[in-house]
Amino acid sequence: MNCLIKNGHVVDPSQNLDQVLDILIEDGKFKAIDKPGSFDASFVGKNIIDAKGLVVAPGFIDVHVHLREPGFEHKETVATGTLAAVKGGFTSVASMANTLPVTDNVMMIKFILDRAKEAGNARVFPIGAVTKGLKGESLADIGLMVEAGARAISDDGMPVMNSDLMRRAMEYAKTFDVPIISHAEDLNLSQGSTMNEGAVSSILGYRGNPKASEEIMVAREMALARLTGARVHIAHLSTIEGLEQVKRAKDAGLNVTAEVTPHHLCLNEKLFLNAHSHAHHACVHHHAITDYKMAPPLRTEADQEALMVALNSGLIDMIASDHAPHGCVDKEVELEMAANGILGLQTTVPLMFELIAKQKLTLKRMIEALTVAPAKLLGLTDHGKIKVGAPADLTLLDLAQEWELTASSVVSISKNSPFLGRKFKGSVRMVLVGGEVKNGS
Amino acid sequence: MFPSHLLTIRELSSDQIRALLSLSNRIKKNQEAYSQVLKGKAILQFFIENSTRTRMSFEYATRKLGGTNVTFAAASSSLNKGETLLDTIQTIKHFGVDAVVMRHTSGGTPALVAKVLGSPVLNAGDGQHEHPTQALLDALTLAEHWQMSFEKSLSFEGKKVMILGDILHSRVARSHIHLLTKLGAEVTLCAPLTLLPPDLSLFPKVNVIYRPDTAIPNMDAVMCLRIQYERQNGRHIPSKEEYRHFWGMTEVRAKLMKSEAVVMHPGPINRGVEIDPEVADSARSLILKQVENGIWVRMAALASLLNPEGVRA
Repeated sequence: MNCLIKNGHVVDPSQNLDQVLDILIEDGKFKAIDKPGSFDASFVGKNIIDAKGLVVAPGFIDVHVHLREPGFEHKETVATGTLAAVKGGFTSVASMANTLPVTDNVMMIKFILDRAKEAGNARVFPIGAVTKGLKGESLADIGLMVEAGARAISDDGMPVMNSDLMRRAMEYAKTFDVPIISHAEDLNLSQGSTMNEGAVSSILGYRGNPKASEEIMVAREMALARLTGARVHIAHLSTIEGLEQVKRAKDAGLNVTAEVTPHHLCLNEKLFLNAHSHAHHACVHHHAITDYKMAPPLRTEADQEALMVALNSGLIDMIASDHAPHGCVDKEVELEMAANGILGLQTTVPLMFELIAKQKLTLKRMIEALTVAPAKLLGLTDHGKIKVGAPADLTLLDLAQEWELTASSVVSISKNSPFLGRKFKGSVRMVLVGGEVKNGS
Repeated sequence: MFPSHLLTIRELSSDQIRALLSLSNRIKKNQEAYSQVLKGKAILQFFIENSTRTRMSFEYATRKLGGTNVTFAAASSSLNKGETLLDTIQTIKHFGVDAVVMRHTSGGTPALVAKVLGSPVLNAGDGQHEHPTQALLDALTLAEHWQMSFEKSLSFEGKKVMILGDILHSRVARSHIHLLTKLGAEVTLCAPLTLLPPDLSLFPKVNVIYRPDTAIPNMDAVMCLRIQYERQNGRHIPSKEEYRHFWGMTEVRAKLMKSEAVVMHPGPINRGVEIDPEVADSARSLILKQVENGIWVRMAALASLLNPEGVRA
């Protein structure tokens, strides 16, 4: 398929592009990129996209999503999750292994890849489990999964508590040159917790998840990265203390990266106080308070600010949504019993626009953290940049459009977002995956 | 003056607290005058989690006000039955009751219900969060014991109260901290660090000590709390014996108190652990008065929410 994208403001941090350019796509691949008008004479085809006034970026990559299929199709499927991805500006997503059955073997990897192909929305790069059944007892078929297409391995929300097993997992993962993604949480410390441990949990009487739970596990992963030389990626960092551990590891030259979620950048634990108080009737829906419940929990304002600084400094390498769909039986329940996690694919980019509007983030840094860094983590040498000869994945952004997130605009099966009813400025206008328009609006 | 729900003490003003205590006192002195205040009203007693005295007390209070009880009791939450909380609330709505008294294992649930339900909700204890009527009945008990006037501006100024024991897991303590400080008392929390909330910075100002013995002689009242084994995971204290040794209200410790100082306990008591039988049954114990006052406070709470005009002073 051929296509000419004209007059877009091209921002590709991988090659320091930040100017108005035309992009020529042939057979689904980038053919050439040059100043406006360069291809007008030679282009034969009808498919011309006028991107005047839009930002054109390499297709965004989300390294942390839960697609829930198979096993939890009442929450999300590969088809609906990847549709949410393209609506939200992501041309590629990496899917976590906590499906049922668990994605701990070749058949499951192939199933997910097949489903993604059938759906034909965003690309899916599966993440395989570290341990069989996410049980933390023995290694999953890591090598075979990598051979079948897994791009990383992780037990995510079921962190491997046994340090020796994690050490072996890192060594084995290094053998196949895939990163281990760690959800850094000491489960003994966080057991039974509903929110961050601190002033708010104390006054509301909830069992808290202490920041030390993250600090300890990040420190352990860093120690094991030092021991094994493996590539280790820390998922959804949430604390100042966790950041300090990552900084120490990076300063020591270890092979370490980290991500942050939009919600940890934009929200903090104080929301529980407001939502909890009868005096506040601002909740859009009655169970909104459970949409503030996630793992790691929303931390303090100081943590929130430190994460922002770290994203800008590069200490945090990338933004990931941790898209975690949950249905009403998981969320419309008592707070202490509610499942962890919120939707993220359709709100990540708009929330980053909010931060840009507040001058806390630059457009270039946002795009870098959604393209270059995630592509590198997953070993996607053809993605995360506009590279002649590579598949044409692009995200087109309209920084001016104003809109509101409503339940009907959420294409996920689940609607568990604390951002329902939020008004945003800036939207995803279109994505192209392999040169094909997937989300024209 | 009266709130529209009774969910927390934290969100009540000191005037609202005084109004409720004053009404409790008026009801106690002249209960016949209030026997028709809830006539024609149905109160749902919704108890998720075991309760004996609170539930009995609320049911009895309803009857004494001329209201009708509808009782729903279960040991587990909606989730355990595969129902959502929204389903539960819809069910309650369609009972068509006039108010809901709710005890729940999970903190914040009565407030969530109140947001959707419309009719008044009374928190009868939610998780480790608050237990407003328990704090009110204890305040009533103390005010009576101290022979304070309910007509003038009730104040605990100058009084020193110690809350002793498993504060971390106690909804009673959380309500008390707010209530006692709102009335002007000086509050001291005493517990091993394992049984204290990790961060008190959002609470009103209180003293925190780990060991009680040096402070006990200065106290006007000591509230002993039940050790909530069911909310612990066995890692908070080494043994009951060790707890009693350091924090139990033993006769030896009771003797350290001022002669006129009192001992309280919200019940049920682990006798011989947080309080020795000799102290619980002694003259300085207000424990049974607390139980009795529960009726008047709960009558006042129900009456003020459901018929504020009918109970004007």
